[in-house]
Amino acid sequence: MDLFEYQGKQYFARFGIAVSPGDVADTVEEAVSVAERVGYPVVVKAQVKVGGRGKAGGVKLAHDLEEVRLHAGNILGLDIKGHVVRRLWIERSSDIAQEYYASFTLDRPNKTHLGMLSAQGGVEIEVVAEENPDAIAFLSIDPVRGLDLATARRWVHEAQLDEVAREQAAELLVKLYDCYTTGDCDLAEINPLILTPDGTVHALDAKVTLDENASFRHPEWEEFRATETEDPREKMAKEKGLNYIGLDGTVGIIANGAGLAMSTLDVVNQVGGSAANFLDIGGGANADVMAAALEVINADPKVTAIFVNIFGGITRVDEVARGVLEALSRVDIAAPIVVRLDGTNAVEGREILAPHLSDRLITEPTMLDAARRAVSLANA
Amino acid sequence: MSIFVDENTKVIVQGLTGGQGKFHGLRNRDYGTKVVGGVTPGKGGSDVDGIPVFDSVKEAVAATGATASFVVVPPKFASAAILEAAAGGITFIVCITEGIPAHDEAVTYNRLVEEYPDVRLLGPNCPGIISPGKCNIGITSGDIALAGGPVGIVSRSGTLTYQALHELSQQGIGQTTCVGIGGDPVPGTNFIDCLAAFEADPETRAVMMIGEIGGSEEERAAEWIKLHMTKPVVSYIAGVTAPAGRKMGHAGAIISGSKGTAQAKMDALAAAGVHVCLNPTEAGQKMVEIVQAL
Repeated sequence: MDLFEYQGKQYFARFGIAVSPGDVADTVEEAVSVAERVGYPVVVKAQVKVGGRGKAGGVKLAHDLEEVRLHAGNILGLDIKGHVVRRLWIERSSDIAQEYYASFTLDRPNKTHLGMLSAQGGVEIEVVAEENPDAIAFLSIDPVRGLDLATARRWVHEAQLDEVAREQAAELLVKLYDCYTTGDCDLAEINPLILTPDGTVHALDAKVTLDENASFRHPEWEEFRATETEDPREKMAKEKGLNYIGLDGTVGIIANGAGLAMSTLDVVNQVGGSAANFLDIGGGANADVMAAALEVINADPKVTAIFVNIFGGITRVDEVARGVLEALSRVDIAAPIVVRLDGTNAVEGREILAPHLSDRLITEPTMLDAARRAVSLANA
Repeated sequence: MSIFVDENTKVIVQGLTGGQGKFHGLRNRDYGTKVVGGVTPGKGGSDVDGIPVFDSVKEAVAATGATASFVVVPPKFASAAILEAAAGGITFIVCITEGIPAHDEAVTYNRLVEEYPDVRLLGPNCPGIISPGKCNIGITSGDIALAGGPVGIVSRSGTLTYQALHELSQQGIGQTTCVGIGGDPVPGTNFIDCLAAFEADPETRAVMMIGEIGGSEEERAAEWIKLHMTKPVVSYIAGVTAPAGRKMGHAGAIISGSKGTAQAKMDALAAAGVHVCLNPTEAGQKMVEIVQAL
C-alpha cells in the first residue's frame, strides 16, 4: 500500500523523524487556516500518488493568504497524469542549503536490507544511479542485527554528507530504519532529505510503501486504507474481498491463482486482445466468490467479453462450474462468458455447464482456445 | 531419483490439528507420504486420524525420527514455527503459509542461514514439493503428477505448476520432482538451488522453469545456467503485460520502477540458451519435443 506524502510524513513523525510543520487541507478555506497556523511562507502541495507533481503545477510557494488562496484553488481539482487532486498538504517552507537522498528497501537477491544514501538528493535516484553511481553509498544490513548508530555514522561519512549534517543525519537514519522495520515498510524513502542554512536536517518529502502482509499488527493503518483506492472497480472488489487490479482493456479476466491470472492476461494479449483486469479468486473458490467476481467485472462498462480460466488443484472444478451457474442466476451479466476448466473434477465441471451452454456461455478445451474465443467476442 | 525428498522421507505437520493442516496433511498421507506426526502446542497426546500429535517439534522428532516438516500455520505464527522446526532437528521445512510480513521472512531466512546452515526452507507461500509416486508435501493434487521422470519442474506459482504438470502428464511425460519455490519476496529456496539439484540428479534429464515478474532470481538463474547447466531448460515467465508498481497477487510479483520485468528475465534466459516460451501450453509442447528427442 502506497501512502500519500502527508501520510508518509505523519508516519515518519511517529518514529521521531523530523518533518516540516504542516497539515492537510481539502478546501481553499482549510488551506488558508493551515497556512495561518504554521506561518508564511508555505508550500502548497498536491497529494497524488504519482511523480512529477512540481512540473505539473502541483507544488507552489505562497507568501501570504492571497497566494495560498490562489494556489490552493488552482491545485485542487487539477489532473496530474490521470490523478485528480482532492487533498493538499500545506507546510512551512524550508530554506535549503543541501539536498540529500536516503532510503531503505529489501535487497531481494541478497535477502538483506538495503540502505541507499546520497549527497545528491532532490533528483530521481534512478537518474543518479545511472549517471553517477559513485554518488550513492549502498549499505547492506543484516535483518537480524539491524542498523546501529555507529554504522550509520560511518555511512554518512562514506556518503560525504556535509560535516555539519552528519550527526543529525546518522540519528535520523537509525530512526528511518526503525520506521522501515518496525513500521513494516516495503520502502521508506526521503528525497530530498535537507540541510537548512541554520544547520538542521529534516525530511522534505516522504515516500512510503507499507507491506500489507503486516496489517495484522498495525491497526493504525486503517486510516490509510480509507484513502487508498481511487479506481471504483478496485474499491468494489476490495469490499468483496477479491484480489483485483483494474486495467484498461476489454476482456474481463477471472482465474484461480496469481500465476495463472497473470498468465491469462499475457495469453489474451498474445492473441490480440487486452485484459480489463487482473482477478485471482484464489484456492477453493465457491459460488459466492464467483458471483462476486462476475459482479465486479460486470460493473466495468469497458468489458465486452469475460474469460474464466480455472485450473483445479485444491479448487474443485465442479464447484467452480456450479458457482458460474449460480452467479448467472443472481447477476445479470452483460458480456458473454468463455470458460476453460481443467484439473481436479474438470469432467464433472464441464458436464454441469453443458446443458446451459449458449452464445452467452461458452466452454473451450484449452487456455489458448478460450483466450482466442474471448478476444474474438470482445472485438466483435 | 528425486531431489530434496524421497519415499523414505518422514514428515511431521506443524498445525495438523487446524482445518488446513488436517486437510492437506491427510491428503499427503493418502498419497503415500510418510506423515508420522503432527505438532500443536497443548494438544500433545491426541491424534488426527491415527497420526500422533505432539506439543513440540523436538518431541515429535524424538518420537518419530522425522527429518521434514510441513508448516501450515497462520502468518503471525509461521516464523516461530519455522525456527522451532530448525531448532528441533528438522532439516527440510516446507511452509505454505501465505501472508507472512516481508521483514519476518528476511529475519527468519537470515537466522536459518546463520544458526542452522544445514536446514533447507521451501517457501513460504508455496505449493510445496511432490516427487511423483514417492512423496508429496504441500497442497499439490497428486493425481495430476506422473511418476518416472525425466522432467524436473521448478516454479514460483502454484496454479502454473499444476498447469505444467498437467501439460506433461497428459502427454505421458513424467516428473522426477516438482518444486514450488513460492511467490514471496524472500524465498527460502531459490531457482538456483533447484537447478543445481536437478543438474546433479541422474534421473532428471530436462528442467521446466516457471518464473514471474519481480526480483531478479530468474536473471541470476540464467547466469547459473550459462555456467553450469548441461541439461536442457524450458522456461515460461508470467506477467509480460503486468503494470509496474502493482503486486500481482503474489507479494513478490511486482515490477519496481524498471526492475523485475518479464521481458528482462526472458532476455536473460534466452541468452543463457534456455528455451523461452510465451505461454504455458507452448512450454509444455516444447518440453514434449525435447523429451522425445532425448
